Amino acid sequence: MNLANLLRQLGRQVTDRIWRLGFASRFLLMTLLHSGTSLRRLQLTIREIYFTGVLSLIIILVSGLFVGMVLGLQGYDTLQRYGSSEALGVLVALSLVRELGPVVAALLFASRAGSAITAEIGLMKATEQLSAMEMMAVSPIARVVAPRFWAGVISMPLLAALFSAMGVLGGYLIGVQLIGVDEGSFWSQMQAAVDFRQDIMNGVIKSCVFGALVSWIAVFEGYDADPTAEGVSRATTRTVVTSSLAILAADFVLTAFLFRGL
Amino acid sequence: MNRATIDLWVGFFVAIGLAALLFLSLKVGNLSSTDVGDTYSLQARFDNIGGLKVRAAVKSAGVVVGRVGEIHFDPENYVALVTMNIDKRYKFPRDTFATINTSGLLGEQYIGFDVGGDTEMLKAGELVKKTQSAVVLEKLISQFMFNKAAEDDGKKQ
Repeated sequence: MNLANLLRQLGRQVTDRIWRLGFASRFLLMTLLHSGTSLRRLQLTIREIYFTGVLSLIIILVSGLFVGMVLGLQGYDTLQRYGSSEALGVLVALSLVRELGPVVAALLFASRAGSAITAEIGLMKATEQLSAMEMMAVSPIARVVAPRFWAGVISMPLLAALFSAMGVLGGYLIGVQLIGVDEGSFWSQMQAAVDFRQDIMNGVIKSCVFGALVSWIAVFEGYDADPTAEGVSRATTRTVVTSSLAILAADFVLTAFLFRGL
Repeated sequence: MNRATIDLWVGFFVAIGLAALLFLSLKVGNLSSTDVGDTYSLQARFDNIGGLKVRAAVKSAGVVVGRVGEIHFDPENYVALVTMNIDKRYKFPRDTFATINTSGLLGEQYIGFDVGGDTEMLKAGELVKKTQSAVVLEKLISQFMFNKAAEDDGKKQ
């Protein structure tokens, strides 16, 4: 009796998840089909880039600087044991451009901008603004969802690049200015080791994928939220949790694909 | 906030984002220096390429003059056929000697060109005839041991 209940509950949960995944995929397809509007009415997308990209600038720049400075300190500590502290530039640049830049920027983006998107769309749904748009024959997916999705896709690679650049500057500040690693070899070894296509372009590809993932999850969770105060709060939490997990899982898959040739 | 201010900020954001990308590719990466422009291809046969990889450097006098384009196995002669893309600015004599070297003791491998004295130059698609294979460290060690053992035998007799 009890076991049957347990099984029933498990089955219900599994079908629920699969149903949501299917709905999310259909939702993504609809967003892509409706994205013509967000390109034609560019003003909508630009407004969203302001809210997701520009307002995330401070957190991205400051975190990038600190991550780079920590990499400089920790990297120097380990490298000087092997007498190769000049390789500090390589260590800082490669770890930022390949991994930390795209991943940490995407995690920050998910918690800074993704949660805001979910809360905004969820509240629009709760206050029946989305239904009102449908009543006026305005598709809420074209008017509300698609611009936010594309704003995320556009902002994310720029934010990740800014994060990496700030990180390299932070590593330079600590390594060269504070500790006194030779400036010439810091930059020249970095330039010799970092490849444009292998490292920088792959980082950009990663951050584009992360941007699409986070925006997709954020708009979907908002659109799918229960139209109550509690429902919106739960959806916001789910956005941050799901997108963080999705970023890390996608990072593994992408790394396996992109850097396999090395 | 009105439209013009938002546009200004978004423009600023996109501009510094692109500037960061430019900084990464020019200052952090090496887009500016090793981008070999127009190239022509040369081929060479090696008995053993060791750990040579595609996109490895081709150097002459220590300067990068090209990159390894393709590596194939030649099933007729049982040798490796390496295609190299050489910078158009540089021409090499026909008796150029191509060797596979290792940068440092355990570094990555590259092809080195030792230039000969021939007046005729190699043309695109031609074969570099004189080659030397990669030095395989294990073979070197076993050869050394073998020689040592042979020496000992000689002393006993």
